Amino acid sequence: MVDIAFGPQGDKGPGPTNGRDAYLDLVRRRRMYGGILLVLFVALMASGFRLAESRNAGGFIDGLPQVFAFPSEVISEAWAKRAEVPGLIWAHVPSLIETINIAAVSTLAGGLAAMVLALLSTRGLSRWPRFTGVFRRMMDAFRAVPEIVIALVLIYLLGGGPVPAVIAIALHTSGALGKLFSEVAENADLKPVEGLTSVGATWGQKMWLGVIPQAAPNWLSYALLRFEINVRASAILGFVGEGGIGHDLKLAMQWGQGRYDEVVAIFLLLFLTIVAIDRLSDRAREKLVRGR
Amino acid sequence: MAVTDFTGARAPLTETVIRRFTLRRRMALAVPAVICAYFVYIFFAFDIAGIAARMRPDNAVILLSDFWSYKTHVTRDNRSGRLSVAIEGEAKGAYPEGQLPDWVMQTGDTTVIDLGGGNIVTYDAAGARYVVPGYGTIDIAPEDGKLRLTAPEPLPDWINASDNRVSVTTDAGRFAYTRSKVETFRYQPGRELFFFTLDSPFAGKGAGELAALALWGDRVDHARSNLGYMLSEFWNNRMWRHGDVAWAMFETVLMAFLGTMGAAVIALPLGFLAARNFMPLGPLRFAMRRVFDFIRGVDGLIWTIILSRAFGPGPMTGALAILLTDTGSFGKMFSEALENIDEKQVEGIRSTGASAVQRARFGVIPQVTPVLVSQVLYYLESNTRSATVIGAIVGGGIGLLLTQAIITQKDWEEVAYYMVLIVLMVMAMDSLSGWLRKKLIKG
Repeated sequence: MVDIAFGPQGDKGPGPTNGRDAYLDLVRRRRMYGGILLVLFVALMASGFRLAESRNAGGFIDGLPQVFAFPSEVISEAWAKRAEVPGLIWAHVPSLIETINIAAVSTLAGGLAAMVLALLSTRGLSRWPRFTGVFRRMMDAFRAVPEIVIALVLIYLLGGGPVPAVIAIALHTSGALGKLFSEVAENADLKPVEGLTSVGATWGQKMWLGVIPQAAPNWLSYALLRFEINVRASAILGFVGEGGIGHDLKLAMQWGQGRYDEVVAIFLLLFLTIVAIDRLSDRAREKLVRGR
Repeated sequence: MAVTDFTGARAPLTETVIRRFTLRRRMALAVPAVICAYFVYIFFAFDIAGIAARMRPDNAVILLSDFWSYKTHVTRDNRSGRLSVAIEGEAKGAYPEGQLPDWVMQTGDTTVIDLGGGNIVTYDAAGARYVVPGYGTIDIAPEDGKLRLTAPEPLPDWINASDNRVSVTTDAGRFAYTRSKVETFRYQPGRELFFFTLDSPFAGKGAGELAALALWGDRVDHARSNLGYMLSEFWNNRMWRHGDVAWAMFETVLMAFLGTMGAAVIALPLGFLAARNFMPLGPLRFAMRRVFDFIRGVDGLIWTIILSRAFGPGPMTGALAILLTDTGSFGKMFSEALENIDEKQVEGIRSTGASAVQRARFGVIPQVTPVLVSQVLYYLESNTRSATVIGAIVGGGIGLLLTQAIITQKDWEEVAYYMVLIVLMVMAMDSLSGWLRKKLIKG
């Protein structure tokens, strides 16, 4: 940069033509690398897509016109029975509440566990500084196990109901939030903690009075985002496993031909809930992070 | 002025501070109280107390024992008298005739099974006997359509006897006699047949023996080398299906990769259309944003269902579902990132007379790349996990194998194997995306 800025009068530093050549050379090389990367990326995408298509039951081009076939079939049938849809929506509200409850409990429980894990795994704050690594690996492991694995195994062990889903989502949440929480806690100002140490506070008091008040707004914002994610996860887990509106949806779909009005009712309910939660948490997070 | 202001403000100031303090104190009590109340409500709504009744600890025992051990079934059909020895009782794990394991001895009609530690089970023409050390002999003989049990009285609770069925469970194994068949299960640690099934010529050979065969042994099959034969036997292992599992894992990663990258490629131009500083046309911007909101609101689950109706089961359907869902998220995030750029650099480029495309290429893209790349890589990692679930719904990848293994409720050793593989895969993708992020953003 400097070489070019000095222009063509060139005793200072390396020769000007030299510098310009070197710069252009650098630019050319970067572009070449960029181009190679781009070509590689496109090739990877294309071959990957071809491979995925070849292992799929239906082809991409054949299926494309049918993308709208199922929704239109569903909607037309539901339209014919549109008088029943509001009643069906009402009928599925309890299972929607169950889905939301699953998400809320698991976010709360996972969030509380994440708080403890995060504080224990943050350097400078940990109760046992020697074991920060252990707690970190623990969170990594919790994060890595997909919810469906835990949920399906727990359904086998605990029987049906919402509890397996709660445990599965809470475990994952504690790992995912723990990492984010610990990043926030790392940036906390240590002066209040020092002050509390000087008056002989215990570790719990130091964290509760010194660190948590600083970190709480950001933590809450992350927890709200997680709640949003967990509502979706709990709907999906219901579909694959048991409990909540996902399970209702699966039953309605499996019924074969005649229950599309119910499917539409559940779709609508799910859509409205997710949009509403999305909006509310967006608004709340904005308030929390940007100040009131 | 300043002094009067100060004194004038003092009284209200202390008041507000005290009011805030009391408010805070009340909040500090109220928030935990509300959370507790909610947990109490959940305790009843989810019927947590009923869990204890519904819980099945015996399933936990089966699950755990399957994690580290396997069982071999020694079964005699009481009608035909035919004996079969099979690992996990599956046809694919059956020992061929005349090649029984060394703890099963068959002479004529009599079969002697040594379960180890002095536990001996004998099947013969009269019935079956089980010698339990420290207890005695349990003798079972069929007698006009019923089973007659002779054992030292009183019967311990690990013997379960009725007219039609006698079952014995000891630490060494399980034994069950019904009118149609008699079965003994022997539990052994390890993962049997992990490398070669019993019908393979390499079954039951040690590592040294196999190495010798691979390096200088005579060809088992004249058409190909021993090493190649071994690899193909391993890859096509019918019990563990290593080839299928590898393909399934690859499909899962492929779904995540195609979905995430495809979504990023599609969402980038759309993000420009939805960003305030690039799209002067308000209505179009508004429409674009509502499209993103709609896609995100409909949710991956519903998209997955709709797409699997159109494209059938398979990895492409899963990839398209991820692509569609993430286009909404990426569109929103990209447009926000684009709105937060520093306008000065764009102005600088504009001053050289660059066109709109050039301004975007040299003024905007370099600024947003780090943000976008880190978001895309984060999603790539998280989508590897989602791809397992989506695979279970659309029927592709490791998620399908896992749910199938769980639904049959007997191949828990496979469930454990898949779980380990999934966790390893997610961790590998995690470190890969971390490494890429470091390389691409800093380098």
